[in-house]
Amino acid sequence: MKQRSRAIAALWAAPAILLILFFLYYPLLQNLRLSFFQWSVFFPTEEFVGFKHYIKAFNDPIFWTAVGNNLAYAAVSLIVQVGFGLILATLLDRFVKGKLQSFFRSVYFLPATISVTVTGVLFAFVYHPGAGILNSALSFLGLDDLQRVWLGDPQTAIWAVIAMSQWQWTGYVAALLLVAIQRIPVSLYEAAALDGAGPIREFFTVTVPLTRDMVTIMSIVTISNAFLVFNEIVAMTNGGPNNATQVLGTIIYQNAFANDNMGYASAIATLVLVITVIIGVVQLAYANRKRVSL
Amino acid sequence: MSSLRNTTTAPKKARALRSSATAQPLTFQILGRRVGKVAVSTFLAVMAVGVLYPLFWMFSSAMKSNSEIFATPWALPTNPNFESYAKAWESGVVSYFGNSLIVTIISLFLTLVLGAAASFALTKLDLPLAKTVTFLLLGGLMVSPTMILVPLFQLLQTLDLYNTHAGLIILYVAYRLPFTVFLIRAYMLTIPNELTEAARIDGANTVQLFLRIVLPLSKPVLVSAGLVFVLFAWNEFPFALVFINDTALKTLPVGLLDFKSALQTDWPVLFAGLSIAAVPMMVAFILAQRHFIRGLAEGMGK
Repeated sequence: MKQRSRAIAALWAAPAILLILFFLYYPLLQNLRLSFFQWSVFFPTEEFVGFKHYIKAFNDPIFWTAVGNNLAYAAVSLIVQVGFGLILATLLDRFVKGKLQSFFRSVYFLPATISVTVTGVLFAFVYHPGAGILNSALSFLGLDDLQRVWLGDPQTAIWAVIAMSQWQWTGYVAALLLVAIQRIPVSLYEAAALDGAGPIREFFTVTVPLTRDMVTIMSIVTISNAFLVFNEIVAMTNGGPNNATQVLGTIIYQNAFANDNMGYASAIATLVLVITVIIGVVQLAYANRKRVSL
Repeated sequence: MSSLRNTTTAPKKARALRSSATAQPLTFQILGRRVGKVAVSTFLAVMAVGVLYPLFWMFSSAMKSNSEIFATPWALPTNPNFESYAKAWESGVVSYFGNSLIVTIISLFLTLVLGAAASFALTKLDLPLAKTVTFLLLGGLMVSPTMILVPLFQLLQTLDLYNTHAGLIILYVAYRLPFTVFLIRAYMLTIPNELTEAARIDGANTVQLFLRIVLPLSKPVLVSAGLVFVLFAWNEFPFALVFINDTALKTLPVGLLDFKSALQTDWPVLFAGLSIAAVPMMVAFILAQRHFIRGLAEGMGK
């Protein structure tokens, strides 16, 4: 009887488990294996090359450009999406109520519902040197000196892409942080007010510690996503000009499917996995140390 | 959500009470708070305009002529018309739209069915190795498309699923199952076991238990999980880029890039194409925003 009920339970879970094992875990292991081999679609015979692809990556200036760009993406996103997003969520919680609050929240969230291809191509027009609204706005404000070929200049291109992402995702992060803020019992704010805390002290003594779980999770998600950017670059610059906007994702894609250098692509993909896992473990360990419980 | 917070005025009252001992600082405090409130509201409104303007620009530029877009980028269309929308729809967007719809709907259905079944087994049935399975699911959340593109390319070719909607659908289901099960499982844990045990004593078999008791009670989480999934599937890019090759099979996020290179300089039609791709999710979000945000927040917050 017990065995029968266990067999039935296994049947209910089997399709999901098998799909995950076969299409997520098996490729993950296979990718690790492939990173030690030289092979391509045209010459599919696998030749063992050890750590050759990893050594090549560490000596490849484009790889380091990509790592730098991913790090810049992570740093800016952490400050703007999580840092400023938390301030934005706090302002929404403390200063506007009811319908107006959900109106602002929805407006800020709206860009996150749109495909990155759409926002990327749209912002390529915003940044367009001739007809884009950014340069014409600068000209209107008398700031002609600041006009740039935003996506065509290796100095500004990655920052222009990063700025678009902040526009798209800050409201999304703020909306999720707002959920966490609204779970804070009102009595704690009352106690802080009785102690004479102003809005700024209230923010640091009540809001920040009591949203730590959500802030930690949003930080992990934001930093990990910064190492996975791909769609943004393909839609806006395709890694150019002169490789200035390459990220790890575009290196994987271009090596695998344009240059037919599959083993190298697998090695970079393995490095991305390692980075993602490290970020997750470090953040969770740090958060557990500082946990505040109610 | 907001009903929980209708007592937020309490601290202000408390603060006002304390200050009432000295009359003059009170008026300053109230004035200061009013100025603060106006400043914050203005700031929030300016932010809202900054967020919305690029989208408004996209929709309105699609109603302009090409020369108007270049000459007066900020101006409203002088002769607003939907010709570019019609042209975009006919010159390819209709096919991408249809493909996105097919892939999204089928994968949504499969993800919810398989996700709910697995969550049911994890929470209400005697699943062997339940801890290991939960661990596998959590680990699955760490996987991202770019990490597995190369081996999946081999795998889909071996299985004859490369360049097919079926292949894309299977990947979407597998990739989103960890998150979906995570979400549904957490909700099903809150359904009291007494309910399912009582139904068992009344002679219900496992299928009846699932269909008559657990599934109807899980409706709210299925809506949230479904909406979050639709948001993912409609906008998914890397899998669709790598595993679909025929233009006739491409979904919107990838098809629009082809559309862009084919049009070159016909800006109004391109803006119209972008707008058409963006509208369904914007409308879905506006209609069901509570479910969207709850689904996302629960999934990450637990």
